[in-house]
Amino acid sequence: MASTELSAGLGPTITPSAGQPHAQSGAPPSRAREAATKTGQAFLRLFRTLRSNRKASAGFILLAFVCVLAAVPGLIAHDPPRAEIYGRSLGPSASHLFGTTVYGQDIFAQFIWGARETLIIAVVSGLLSTALSVVMGVAAAYLGGVWDGGLNLVTDTLLVIPSFPLLLIIAAYLPNSGVVVLIAILVITGYSYGARQLRAQALSLRGRDYLEAARVRGERSVYIIAVEIIPTMTPLIVATFLGTAVYNVLFAAGLQFIGFGNPASVSWGTMLYWAQNNEALSIGQYLWALMPGLGIAILGASFALLNYAFDEIGNPALRPVRRHRVKRPR
Amino acid sequence: MTEPSTSQAAQQATAPPAASRVPASLRKRAARAAADPSAGAAALLRTDGLTKHFKIGGGLHRRTLHAVDDVSLSIGVGEIVALVGESGSGKSTTARLLARIYQPTAGEIFLQGRRLSAIRSRADLLAYRSDVPMVFQDPFSSINPVFRVSHGIERSLRLHRPELSRAERRAEAIRIFEVVGLAPGAEVLERFPHELSGGQRQRVGFAQALAMRPKLILADEPVSMLDVSIRIGLLNLMTGLRDAEDVSILYITHDIASARYVADRLVVMYAGQIAESGPVEDVLARPRHPYTQLLVSAVPDPRAELSVAADTDRGEPPRVIDPTPGCRFRWRCPLAIDACHQVTPPLRQLLPDHSAACHVATADAELRAF
Amino acid sequence: MSSALADDTGRAAVTGEPILQVTDITVEYATKQGNVRAVDHVSFDLGRGEFVGIVGESGCGKSTLLFAIAQLLAPPAGLAGGNVVFKGVSMVGLTDSQLASVRWKDMSVVMQSAMNALNPVTSIGAQFKDAMRAHGVRSKTEIADRSAHMLRMVGIDPTHLRSYPHQLSGGMRQRAMIAMALLFTPDLVIMDEPTSALDVVAQRSLMVQIKELQAQLGFSVIFVTHDMSLVRHFSDRLMVMYAGQVAELGVTSQVFGSPLHPYTRGLMDAFPSIKGERVPLTGIPGHPPDLARIPDGCLFAPRCPKVMTECETTRPPLYLVDGTQVRCLLYADGSTR
Repeated sequence: MASTELSAGLGPTITPSAGQPHAQSGAPPSRAREAATKTGQAFLRLFRTLRSNRKASAGFILLAFVCVLAAVPGLIAHDPPRAEIYGRSLGPSASHLFGTTVYGQDIFAQFIWGARETLIIAVVSGLLSTALSVVMGVAAAYLGGVWDGGLNLVTDTLLVIPSFPLLLIIAAYLPNSGVVVLIAILVITGYSYGARQLRAQALSLRGRDYLEAARVRGERSVYIIAVEIIPTMTPLIVATFLGTAVYNVLFAAGLQFIGFGNPASVSWGTMLYWAQNNEALSIGQYLWALMPGLGIAILGASFALLNYAFDEIGNPALRPVRRHRVKRPR
Repeated sequence: MTEPSTSQAAQQATAPPAASRVPASLRKRAARAAADPSAGAAALLRTDGLTKHFKIGGGLHRRTLHAVDDVSLSIGVGEIVALVGESGSGKSTTARLLARIYQPTAGEIFLQGRRLSAIRSRADLLAYRSDVPMVFQDPFSSINPVFRVSHGIERSLRLHRPELSRAERRAEAIRIFEVVGLAPGAEVLERFPHELSGGQRQRVGFAQALAMRPKLILADEPVSMLDVSIRIGLLNLMTGLRDAEDVSILYITHDIASARYVADRLVVMYAGQIAESGPVEDVLARPRHPYTQLLVSAVPDPRAELSVAADTDRGEPPRVIDPTPGCRFRWRCPLAIDACHQVTPPLRQLLPDHSAACHVATADAELRAF
Repeated sequence: MSSALADDTGRAAVTGEPILQVTDITVEYATKQGNVRAVDHVSFDLGRGEFVGIVGESGCGKSTLLFAIAQLLAPPAGLAGGNVVFKGVSMVGLTDSQLASVRWKDMSVVMQSAMNALNPVTSIGAQFKDAMRAHGVRSKTEIADRSAHMLRMVGIDPTHLRSYPHQLSGGMRQRAMIAMALLFTPDLVIMDEPTSALDVVAQRSLMVQIKELQAQLGFSVIFVTHDMSLVRHFSDRLMVMYAGQVAELGVTSQVFGSPLHPYTRGLMDAFPSIKGERVPLTGIPGHPPDLARIPDGCLFAPRCPKVMTECETTRPPLYLVDGTQVRCLLYADGSTR
């Protein structure tokens, strides 16, 4: 029986794209090199996302700006920030770009130098707070039972206690507290929100087979939490960090604004404190209040914008789908 | 009509040798029995009245779910035992009891004569875990996606074979990957799970288990989530492991056809209890328990004709919450008699090595023996 | 009403005009690597009362094909060519509101995780009522009557109209979904692996039920599954798909009796049998091609036991051999090898 050709074959073939990255063959990479490659790949992915996602790019630029200020303030501002040697309450001029304070300090210098302490407070308290959230949240989720109950009790209590009244009480007992106490307070009052979130995510991961496989393999709980669970939660942990950092910037500024922390140090928060104390706005020294406020806003905004990049990395579903208009032959 | 056997004979390349009709495992066992007659009856793993109940509901409606009730089975050295049942039958719970993921409510498990409840120290526990590892069902969630696939097997080696140096571990990992068919081992070890297919991931699961030099692998539905054409490869891997490495396997599945393909013995579970057990060919050719008969008739077989039994059964789930005494299959059983509603039938040996838990089957066997 | 059971001589049960004509359907996904063709020029006709099984493994495009037929494709997937004519009307290019009038009344779909498609917080009866009211049925008695009638048809006691989905077993939920799909006695029911979550006994029972319903109501069925043995006794014709293309299409008993395409043969050989000799099987070595980087030549060539040199360079077209379409160069000159 003769066979009949029914269709004319296929359309154009699709050109092969670049192959997937395959491993190096031969000698196994040393542990250090392997860790370096993994970190390198992670950074590469991060840079690519930062470039493509506009919000993240903006956030990155803003953060870079603040970091530069924090890193080399002496190069930008030539005047010492604390010295009360200039004319008082001078307006903006060539020699004092933002004017001077009531005490004769150069506001521009204060602004530039103030970036460092503000950034340190934000990052350090953010890191510590996130670390605490991870430990409390993930451990509670994985260990379950009594541990879950106990850890949650602590977290929930701290979540519910209103922070400002708590801080005022603490302030009353620690009149000369410095940055360290400030950070400690931020961490203790701020970790609980992140802990609840991370606990929720860890709970959803708990049923995954690979965790059961690790248990059946004989791994201890601590190992499972640290090595098997936490790395898979990286996107959420990074997001928690960025969110906490933003919050802490504002919260710390607020605390310094009401006089907490060391008022003699130079940070954007203390600038606000002194500006408010001396009614900067009413005496016409607007920049004294506005510039630190702007700085805080920039830092906060940069973290919030960067969050978009990590969202995208962590959740492929958020990546932009190039809506190809699939051409239909008419 | 095509002849299935001739077309397969043409594709013998990767098939296990079909030269001898007697499976290698049976030959080995016969040799073992001949060498030491008393060892023939010794089981590798034996359970005695294994029971697991879960408390469900809260407050006022506290009820007990009888996931596994009074299960006594045994697995010999170098044999594949298939544990077959539908969802809710208790087969997965049994596997998890054997893997010590759950603690039994009652009953005992013996590995080579030693009882599990006597395990106290971490060293003993690790030794047991290396003897009885588990392979999971879902290839997409049983490997941590963040690490390369070398992670799991190297951890297994580190935990259970601490005498190996780093280089030796690496070499051993490569060797085991090639045993399970992932070649070249060194290259595949560096891949991430998402770069591997489902079948390859399941092989990784077997490799992780093999790394511990186990005596018994608990395979929980290892092929159910794989494509049909890939399943055979893994089933052949399992029989290969039994023959070459002398590893026993408890193969848990709901698919009788694949159970028949790999297993030496078949254990059928229903509603948390063993309904029937015996050599696989015997049980499938002459099923004694009505549930086994139902299962066998319901299996779709592309080569066979449609048989009309089992058309009326709706497949209702077994009742395992606060069950009353009596056979748990009685509501679906076409042969149920009065005794079935009152007394839970015990697992009775009806033929040498072939047992069933059914009043009607027992009575029938007694009549025949008469 | 046409008979819905295919008898052993393989006589297809089709009479008259085809109810569905799928012509050259091609679906492409937009990805970073360019357009990936998930369905490649698939054509087939479906007669009234006919049961067609579409068989293939994961990634073969069978579910995408279903979506294309039911006009459910969403970006990044897009219809790149072809047409679907249902009851004489071209479906491609209809607006959503035009489609809405066709959906459920003339054509309904039972999706893969149908059990999860039921709303867990409303009763079955309420969901049936929702569906009916959405299509213009107002009268309470008619709604009640039709709901009870459909449930009885699928073998569920109508008292379960008051039950919530979690109170029903898996098998019952699946039947409830099928009842919902049949509410308006459509002419075509498309089913995507409706039995995959059920165990053997429930599966078997559901298939028999579907065939009985088909005999009673006379609708056509497109049944997509990865399990060939499931459709062997229930489908009139069988289409085997591989890598987005039709590998083989013909009367079921013929395809099972003498599979032409090496892939079909390989698939059938991958099923261990319960009866008969216990023979060692090999399955099909390798894995399906990455659709973003398809090879030249026949897509199955890398895995084919009967591969010839020309298979690696020539894309085989569909040949017609004894009434069965097969995409394989073995049949290029009309002789079966």
